[in-house]
This record gives sequence, structure tokens and C-alpha cells, in this order.
Amino acid sequence: METTGTRQGADRPVIDLLQLYPRDMNIYGDWGNVLVLRKRLQLHGYEVRLHEYNPGDAFPRQVDLVVGGGGQDSGQNKIQADLLALGGRLKELAEDGVPMLAICGLYQLFGNFFRTGTGEVIKGIGLLNVDTVAGPARLIGNTVIESADFGTVIGYENHSGQTFLKEGVQPFGMVTKGEGNNGQDGTEGARYRNVVASYLHGSLLPKNPAVADFLIRNAVIRRYGSFDDAPLEIPFEAQARLDAAARPR
Amino acid sequence: MDMRHLLATLAGKTVREVAKLRGGGSALPGLVAEKIDPRFLPRVLGNLPRGVVVISGTNGKTTTTKMVVELLQGQGLKVFTNRTGSNFTRGVVAAALGSSNLTGRLDADIAVLELDEAHAVHFVKLVAPRYCLLLNVMRDQLDRFGEIETTAGFLRRIAEATTGTMVLNREDPRIAALADAGGSNSAGRAAAVQVRYFGLAPELRPMFPSDDDMRSSAAVVGGPVPDSASAAAAVLREADVVLTGCDGSDASFDIGGRRIEAQLKLTGVYNVYNAAAALALARTVLGPDTDEEALLRSLADVTPAFGRGESLTVNGQPLDLVLVKNPAGFRLALRSFPAAGYRTMIAINDNYADGRDMSWLWDVDFESLAATGVDEVSGVRANDMALRLFYEDVPVGRVDTDLTASLERFIGSAPDTPKRIYCTYTAMLALRRELGKLTNVEVIS
Repeated sequence: METTGTRQGADRPVIDLLQLYPRDMNIYGDWGNVLVLRKRLQLHGYEVRLHEYNPGDAFPRQVDLVVGGGGQDSGQNKIQADLLALGGRLKELAEDGVPMLAICGLYQLFGNFFRTGTGEVIKGIGLLNVDTVAGPARLIGNTVIESADFGTVIGYENHSGQTFLKEGVQPFGMVTKGEGNNGQDGTEGARYRNVVASYLHGSLLPKNPAVADFLIRNAVIRRYGSFDDAPLEIPFEAQARLDAAARPR
Repeated sequence: MDMRHLLATLAGKTVREVAKLRGGGSALPGLVAEKIDPRFLPRVLGNLPRGVVVISGTNGKTTTTKMVVELLQGQGLKVFTNRTGSNFTRGVVAAALGSSNLTGRLDADIAVLELDEAHAVHFVKLVAPRYCLLLNVMRDQLDRFGEIETTAGFLRRIAEATTGTMVLNREDPRIAALADAGGSNSAGRAAAVQVRYFGLAPELRPMFPSDDDMRSSAAVVGGPVPDSASAAAAVLREADVVLTGCDGSDASFDIGGRRIEAQLKLTGVYNVYNAAAALALARTVLGPDTDEEALLRSLADVTPAFGRGESLTVNGQPLDLVLVKNPAGFRLALRSFPAAGYRTMIAINDNYADGRDMSWLWDVDFESLAATGVDEVSGVRANDMALRLFYEDVPVGRVDTDLTASLERFIGSAPDTPKRIYCTYTAMLALRRELGKLTNVEVIS
């Protein structure tokens, strides 16, 4: 299924935005990330073609930006086979510099595997060299991290999987409030090429515009060669960040 | 009479009186009675002639419980309920202390209890309900329970403990799936456990978005994909009470195969659907003794519970308070109440009882407010809410985290226009308190 923004003229440059598994992997406001990317791209003068990819759908020919979210365990079961079949394609795109945002469940499945509490191993696509094992308790609460590339990033974590970064993968940031990837090594999320993966909801992008603009900039440059990085004035954004950062865990 | 039970009753009652003098602490007397006699609850609830009803689910517990109580009272039953809104075991003990005599005997025919999902699990270990009414499982306080499936698991435990009849929401696949769980804890009695359903006519189902089709997509060409599998399953189960139409406060039901028209004091299709649930439960409890005319009279008199879709008059102007706790509930409320002709305020807190995670606001579709805009955005997370509205092109008037200031401005503005406030739980409590201080508040329904 695809749509284009209706308000823009047809002669604006197009960006093809792919949302992975909106039907089964869209919990905790992952739609918010899509909304923010679409609106900011429109404000930057682009027309956004949104592709919703669900299991069994045809994969679009042109993909400039990929977003995927978290799901209930039942949702993850529904998409797992399809995702494994799609893995090669997604890895090619990532190697080719396509920016991607993978939150929570898809972060785990972008990794090598998820080992459940009963020892069952759920295979991931290995796009990110990270391993996830079920933890003894859910890590839940407001979270703040410091990121080398994005400054202070604010979100909300809610996961039982504990993820460990392996060679070639950088953390998204280091936790200053909350538990992060595994509650042990202080890391949160993962970075590889233009892929950003994280446990942070909130939704992540509305209150972390630096991350949104990183994804947008790289999508536009990859497709059109250059990007006019005029800053956007978004009302309430700065205060929403301050309010969120001040809340208890 | 057991000495320990007597002592627990006396001590609990004493604490209750003291707590009342101090003006607070509805659960403390329960704590004291429970400490002295851990079997207090099974003793006091175990001998009621018509047993115990447990009502649980994510949305609508309080209003539905209130309706069931009033429907049964209208049939002449003495009903014990935990109306103070303390829907934990201890709150039930506290309420029982208030209603029992000095020897700890409860003067009631039946207990109708609203229980929070997680606490219901503890409660049913102590007291096996004869009936349960399970409303829905939605994404609510995921930060507490983690997953919808976890919450569904809690409700399964209630179903397993039920000894008589379960009344289930046919339209919620996770609730309907509990049909096979009835009485499985009570060995040998499983066969005797009955299942009844309440449901929606097919044309009303689109009004109730489930979490599974959360991405309804006004934004996507082709619109939402109907969940044909669950719709087909729903057709197979016959429901005792079906909501067949709802227009403002006029509702029509199919009750036991007969079509009934009713004018209610409830607004919002979700409240009216709760009425279908309450009717199905009342008919189950009463069986062939049901005085149907009296039942429908009681139904017409039922008003919404405190803060749940209440219509107030403030300084002579109508003001609706609409409690919103989760994305499905907020979406439903926005679909139920057209924005045209109203001024709108939204108040979002993120205290523990509200849920701390703001992600849910991004799963609510606010397009229906785009034409009128939102005049006041308030609460601890007002700026999150305002940012959400910005990204959906909904115009925002004032943004102020100070609830009192927002409320004063809001009710002082546009004196001839009716007003509506969507608020989270703790924001609702605060607004209700402030309204009481500021103005003459008259509860219409």
C-alpha cells in the first residue's frame, strides 16, 4: 500500500519512506516516528511516498528510508518468517547507506538472534552484529542517553530482552538515566552505517529532532546528492524535551 | 463466629472510623482487618446467597460496575459493591467493613466488585466468583504489565476461577478466547460453567478500533483492513445482548432476540456498549426472574460514573469531562463526540496511575479536532500533547502545564459555547477538585 502527501505539488522531489510491518509491529507509538519523518520532509520541500510493508507484500523498488517498530510477542511471531526472507534485501540497502530506524522488537530482530527465557533461539537477520537474550525482569521507565552524534536523547524504554553489542557496532548512546541495552554496560541502542537502532519509545523522533534530521539528511543526500539543511522551527519541541527529561523514572 | 474474624472486623471498623475523621485512607482499615484475619474476605463474601460477581477489563470497569449495581438494585436485590473506586483486594475489604455489622456479617444478596486485572488474580485465589464480566483487553498500562498478552493472562485466571457463568465481550478476540477457560480451577465443575456474550451489530464494529488494527489509516489509501477472521468468529457466537444502534443518547439493543429502544443518560457509544455488558450480566444473575420492564427503567436512569463521560453544568454552561486512559479509549471518545460546536481542552498527566509512557498519544488519531482546534492543552505533559497535535496539523490555543490556570481560562472563555475536556485519570481528579472550588458544579448525568 502506498500514499503520497496530498498537500504538495507533483513537481517536488520524492522521498520513498518504508514502514516495516505496521500491522504487527506498531506498538508504543511507532507511528509517531513515521509522522515526524513525513512532516519534516514535507517542511524541507519533499513529497513523501509512504510504503506500508506487511508480510507477503511486494517490496517497493525504490526505498530511501526505512522505519520499523516493536510488537507484542505474538506480532513478532507473525512477521519473523517474512523478515528472514527479506533480510538479504534489507542488508543490501543498509550497506548501501540507506538510513534506517529500528525500535525495540525490530532492533532485536535486526540482530543475530533472540534467545528466549525457555532457551528457544529466534533467528534475526544479522543486519546488526548484536545478540539478545531474555532478561530476568522488564526494564521499564523514562530514559536519557548521551549520544556522540545526537547530544542528549530522551525516551522511554520497556523491554525484557537484553542486547549486547558485538564487533563493528557502536552504541546509539550511553545511559545517564535508565537501563539501556542490558542494564549492565551502560550502552543504549546500536549504530551501524546509517542505521539507528534503539529501545527508546516516546515516540523517539518527535522529541529527538536531531535523530530525525540525521535520517532525513542521509536519505536525501543518497538519492539527490545534496541537502539544504535549513533548521526547522517546531513549536513545543524544546519544552517537551525539557519536561520529559525532568520526569521520574 | 470465629474470634479472629470478629476481632478483625472490630479493629478494621475502628480504623475506618478514625480514618474517616482524619479525612482519608480508604484502604488502611482493609489492611488492618486483613493483617489480623487473612481469611476475612472469604468469610465475609463466602455466604452471600447469590454469590460474588467480578468485573474486570481495561476500559469501562467503573461505569459498568455502577450500572450492574443499579440494575440489580432495581430488581430488589441488596447489592454490596466497592464503590469507593478502590479496586484492589484491600479496598474490597475496606468496603466490606463499612457495610458489615459488628459481627462481620454482610447484609447483602450479592457482591458486585470492580477489580483491577492484576489484583483480580489475587482476589480470585481468596474468593471464587460465581459470575465474571470481562470487558476488554487493551493497551493501557503496559509500563506496569509489559504486554497485552500478560493482561489477557490475568483475565484468564479470573475465568478459570469462575464457578457459574462468564459474561464475555464477543467482539474482543482476546476476551472471547477465554470461553474455554471457565471453571477449569474447580475440578469436576467445569462442565457446569456457562458462557454468555454481549456484542455489537456488525455496522457498529468499526466504531471500536482494537489495538490489532491500531493503524487505521486515514493516511493510507485503501483505508483500514477489516479483521475478517475475528468478524467471522464473532458471527458464530450468539450474544444475549447486542447493541444494534446508538445515536446520541438513543440506543437500541437486541435483548434475548427482541429489539428494545431506550433513551439513556449516558453519552458516547462506548458507555452505551458498557450498558449492553451490564444488561447481559444482570439477565444472567436474575435468570427467569428478570422483571424486564424494571430492568429497562433502571437502565434509563443510570448515569455515568464520576469523571467518566460526566456532563456537568459550570456557571450555567455545559461541560463534559471525558476520561481517556489509552489509545483505543481516546480514539473511541474522539469518534463518539463530534468536536463541532464545542470548545476543547486536553489535559495529560503522566503520574503512575496515568501511565508514564507518552507513546500512546502518538497512536491516537486527532484529525477530528483539526477543524475546531484545541483551545487549551494542559497537564504535566502538555507540551508532549501540543507537539503531537502540531504533527497532525491540529491548531493549538494555549499550552500550560498548570491545570488550574488552564481550567480557569477555559471555563471563563466563550461563555455561550459548550465545552469538553479530555483528561487522563489524575488530571481528571485534579480538575474535578478545582471545579468544585471555582464554581457551582451541577451534575447533569
